[in-house]
Amino acid sequence: MAMQFYTNIDQIMRDRSELARKGISRGRSAVALTYTGGVLFVAENLSSSLHKISEIYDRIGFAAVGRYNEFENLRRAGVRMADLNGLSYDRRDVTGLALANAYAQTLGAIFSDQQKPFEVEICVAEVGATPADDQIYRLAYDGSVNDEPGFMAMGGQAEAIANVLKGAHKSDMSLADAVKLAVKALSSVGGEGGAARTIAANQLEVAILDRARRGRTFRRLTGKVLTDLLNGNGAAATSSSPAKPADTEAADTAADSKDTPKPPAKGPDKPTSSAGSADLE
Amino acid sequence: MAAGFDPSGRLPDVFTNAGTSSFTQFLSQAAPELLPGRRPLPPGSAASLAPHATTIVAITAAEGVIMAGDRRATMGNMIASRDIEKVHPADEYSLVGIAGTAGVGIELMRLFQVELEHYEKIEGAMLSLDGKANRLAAMIRGNLGAAMQGLAVVPLFAGYDLSANDPARAGRIFSYDVTGGPYEERGYDAIGSGSIFANAALKKRFRAGLSIEEATRLAVEALYDAADDDTATGGPDLTRRIFPVVMTATAEGTHRLTDDETAAIANAVVSARMENPGG
Repeated sequence: MAMQFYTNIDQIMRDRSELARKGISRGRSAVALTYTGGVLFVAENLSSSLHKISEIYDRIGFAAVGRYNEFENLRRAGVRMADLNGLSYDRRDVTGLALANAYAQTLGAIFSDQQKPFEVEICVAEVGATPADDQIYRLAYDGSVNDEPGFMAMGGQAEAIANVLKGAHKSDMSLADAVKLAVKALSSVGGEGGAARTIAANQLEVAILDRARRGRTFRRLTGKVLTDLLNGNGAAATSSSPAKPADTEAADTAADSKDTPKPPAKGPDKPTSSAGSADLE
Repeated sequence: MAAGFDPSGRLPDVFTNAGTSSFTQFLSQAAPELLPGRRPLPPGSAASLAPHATTIVAITAAEGVIMAGDRRATMGNMIASRDIEKVHPADEYSLVGIAGTAGVGIELMRLFQVELEHYEKIEGAMLSLDGKANRLAAMIRGNLGAAMQGLAVVPLFAGYDLSANDPARAGRIFSYDVTGGPYEERGYDAIGSGSIFANAALKKRFRAGLSIEEATRLAVEALYDAADDDTATGGPDLTRRIFPVVMTATAEGTHRLTDDETAAIANAVVSARMENPGG
C-alpha cells in the first residue's frame, strides 16, 4: 500500500474545486430564464443527440454543462427519482426542490468523498402557475445550491453571460424576446479578443417548459420554429397574450414535420396522455 | 424513499448506475415492494376479495384505433362500482384497458404508464408499439403467481404504430392471457366477462376501414350487447348519466371522448334498441 502523507483538507478541497472549475469553464455555456409562457432553456451544443437539456418530469426540466458522462448520470438519477416518487405518491408531489436537494446531497457527497469531483454544473427548473412561481435552482460541482431570481447562466464565463441577462431580463417577456436575449447573452462571450460572436441555430439546443400545458410541459424547439424565433419572424405568433400558447402550436407543427416520433399537437386544455396524470386527477 | 438509507445523503448507487432504461427493472432493485408480482400471498384463493373490472372492446379504424370500456366493477353478485374507468392512455399513442382484479389492474396500468414514459425520458425516444406490447406482456407474466390465486389481470393494449408503412394498418390491437402473450388481433377484440357477447357482436358488424365515428358507435353497440347478456357488464346508465369510456389513438395522439359525446352515442344506441332490441 502506498504511504499516506498528511495533506491539509483545505488544500484538497481547493485542488478539487480548481479541477472542477477548469473542467466546467472549458465547455460551452447554458442559460435558463423565465418568460411569460414558461421557462426557457438555451444551451450551446454542437450535437443534436447528446442533449444538455432534458425533461425530468411534468413541470421540471434539467440543464447541465460540463462532462457529458457525469451529468448524464445525474440526469438519469433524477428521472428515476422523479418517476419513483410520482408512482409512490402522486404526480403533483414531485417537486423541483426535492430534486435539487437530492442533487445537492449527491454532488456534495461526491465532492468530499471521491478522488475526483464531478466537473458539472446543473440547473433544475420548475415551471409554476405564474412567472413569480417559477423556480430555478443552480447546483455547483460541490453541492452548493442557489435559488436563482428568474434567470441563470452556467458554464465557462457564466458571470459575463449572467450580466447580459441581468440587464435585460423581464419575467413578462415573450418567447421570441427570451430566445433572442438568451442567444445574445451566450454569444456575448467567446469571440475574438472577448468580443461578441454569432451562434448559428443548429448549434443551439433550445427547450421550454410550457406554462399553459397540462401534464408534461417540456418541449424542444427545433428547426423552423427556432430559426423563426431567432430571426424575429416568430414574433407574430409568440407576442400574443400569455394565456394563448401560440408558440406551442407552432412548435408542434415543427415537431410533426420531423421523422422522429414526437408528442402530438395538443391544445392547451387537453390533458396529458401519459402516466395517468390526466384521467386519474 | 430509498435515498434515506445512505448515510451521506446522496442518491444510492441504484439511481446512478448506467444499467437499464426500464423502470420496472429499476424498481426491482430500488423498491421491489412496489412491484405487484413481488408480494408473497398467503395460500388459498383470493378471488372473492376484490372487485372485478369487466368488459373492454377495441376496434381498428382507418385513422387509428379506438378502445371502449363499460363502467361496472363487480364483487360476486354485487355491483362494486358503477363508474370505474378501465380504459386509460398508456402514453401519447397507445391505450390500455384492464379486466380482472381491479386493484391489481390499476396498479399494473399505472406502472406500465410510468414504464413507457420513463423509457422515453431516459432514451430520448419512444418505444416501438411492439416493444410496448412486449413490456406489458412481461409485466403480466410477473403477476402469474397472484393470478393463480385468483388475482388475475388481463389487459387489452391498442395503439397507433408510428412506424407502420401503411397508415390504414397503423392501428393495432394486442391481447394477452394470464401467462403473458401478446397476441396481435386483426381488426377487433374484446376482453373481460362480457367479451364473448361483445366479440360475437363485433364479428357480425366489423369491417376493415371503418371511420372513427363508425368504430365508436360499433364499440358502444358491442358493449350494449355484452351488458344485455352478462350481468357483470354495465350498459349505458341513462338515469345517472354514466356512459362508457371511449378513447381513440390516431396520428394526432390519444384522445378521450367527452362525456357529452359518449352520451350522444349511447343515447342513439339505446333509442335504436328501443325499435329493435337485438340491434
